[in-house]
Amino acid sequence: MTPTEIGKIFRDEAGRALATLIRLVGDFDLAEDALQDAVAVALERWPDGGLPSNPRAWLVNVGRNKAIDRVRRNAAFRGKQHELVHELLLNASAPCETADSVVGDDMLRLIFTCCHPSFAAEVQVALTLRTVCGLTTAQVARAFLVGEDAMAQRLLRAKQKIRLAGIPYEVPERETLAPRLHGVLAVIYLVFTEGYVATSGGDLMRPDLAREAIRLARLLDALMPGRGEIKGLLALMLLHDSRRAGRETAGGDIVLLEEQDRTLWDRGQISEGLQLVEEALRMPGRPQSYAVQAAIAALHARASSFEDTDWPQIAGLYEVLLRISPSPVIELNHAAAVSMVDGPARALDLVNALEARGGLKGYELLPAVRADLLRRLGRNDAAREAYRAATAATQLEPLRRFYARRIAELDRGADGPSPSLPATNAKRLRKGA
Amino acid sequence: MQYLLMIYQNEVEYAKNDAATNQKMLEEYGAFTQSIIQSGNFKAADRLRPTATGTTVRVRDGKTLTTDGPFAETREQLGGYYLIEAKDLDAALAIAARIPSARIGSIEVRPIWVYD
Repeated sequence: MTPTEIGKIFRDEAGRALATLIRLVGDFDLAEDALQDAVAVALERWPDGGLPSNPRAWLVNVGRNKAIDRVRRNAAFRGKQHELVHELLLNASAPCETADSVVGDDMLRLIFTCCHPSFAAEVQVALTLRTVCGLTTAQVARAFLVGEDAMAQRLLRAKQKIRLAGIPYEVPERETLAPRLHGVLAVIYLVFTEGYVATSGGDLMRPDLAREAIRLARLLDALMPGRGEIKGLLALMLLHDSRRAGRETAGGDIVLLEEQDRTLWDRGQISEGLQLVEEALRMPGRPQSYAVQAAIAALHARASSFEDTDWPQIAGLYEVLLRISPSPVIELNHAAAVSMVDGPARALDLVNALEARGGLKGYELLPAVRADLLRRLGRNDAAREAYRAATAATQLEPLRRFYARRIAELDRGADGPSPSLPATNAKRLRKGA
Repeated sequence: MQYLLMIYQNEVEYAKNDAATNQKMLEEYGAFTQSIIQSGNFKAADRLRPTATGTTVRVRDGKTLTTDGPFAETREQLGGYYLIEAKDLDAALAIAARIPSARIGSIEVRPIWVYD
């Protein structure tokens, strides 16, 4: 057993082992500490002794014993809490069931607990990445661009809140399941969008986060089969992510959709995404927002070139989205699609109307969309000004370089306007989901 | 677990209600309180007089300072509370959402600190 192989097993099994341990010992912190203990033992034994036949069951078993040790030590130290120890021992000595179905239920409990609406959105994301995905605190801190200590504090406070406020370790009841599931999906999509187009920093994409989000959605789809909103989200992310290799140059510059080499797109992911869109749209009930967004991504994925894209249908699907989950961001995307059907002048009217209503104040891609429309209309001075505003509005280096390129083209009076969209779909949708 | 459900609303706005609206609100509160007594969740509850009747006390360097109010710097003021027993936070939140003032103001749900 090499350390890499062992690392992969921890990565695959840690979330599930933790989920089961939390149920067995009834305490989030204790379960986490106990799992750490078990991992330490595994790191000692597995390299020479070889892998146990069921690593997950092994981790749960050893973790459970470590938890009992910890409680005994604490109880002896504090001279009380005999009842607590007794209860814990009773609970934890129940048969150690690690069959997939039981562990699946534990995993769902863990996901719904981490995504409880009594946590702020960024806390939900951090807890999910740490516990469900098994990222280290340092990795979660990097995802949020904060220091490790600050993230450790944030996670600690969240875990304390689970215990002290009595956040249940349960899958919500039927009547609250739909809104709670919506919250879980929003967390997964937040992780994805940050991976797809980072908020700030030097790199356009953070593929590790996009991969985590896809992994989470796959897990959820397996645990709660037959739900259109989960399939829709998974399809949406697979289709967006399929373009990853085409979206930036070796030097880290943005490649626009119209300029992308479509042979670089991941065909396997596209066909999986297309099938999931079909499934999601065939589910009974009204179409779900993620499924419609995925249908739009599917039209891009199917098009052999930018020019051959079915823009009228894309504009139509944005109109559907505006009916089922209206938001200013969707309106902006709709305007961008309209520009490809009816031309930039009509789209600019829509953007102006949207801006006049004050719907997108502070939304960083609004000036970018406006700049692109103005450029295509040949209104170079206004376009330059809008690109400057767009530059000021983003903290992402590759976007800044892209806007600088556009301004330079305008300064040179480049050879006439060319049709294009300024950024990428997922980013423009991120607040609309 | 025990939770304190603190009812915050804008008392200036609320004072503008006509008699019929107030009566209806009182009836809704009565029905809600009855229902959580019957379900066994109820521990205690009170309505508070407006903040204008309040007095704030601080002791600094051994001296007692008394001030009028709290003055309503914030948009919503504490107007009453329920102390309840609930299985977990979800159960407490579901009860909080049924408090009539949740539709007008907001309900802060806090677990009671238990010393063991």
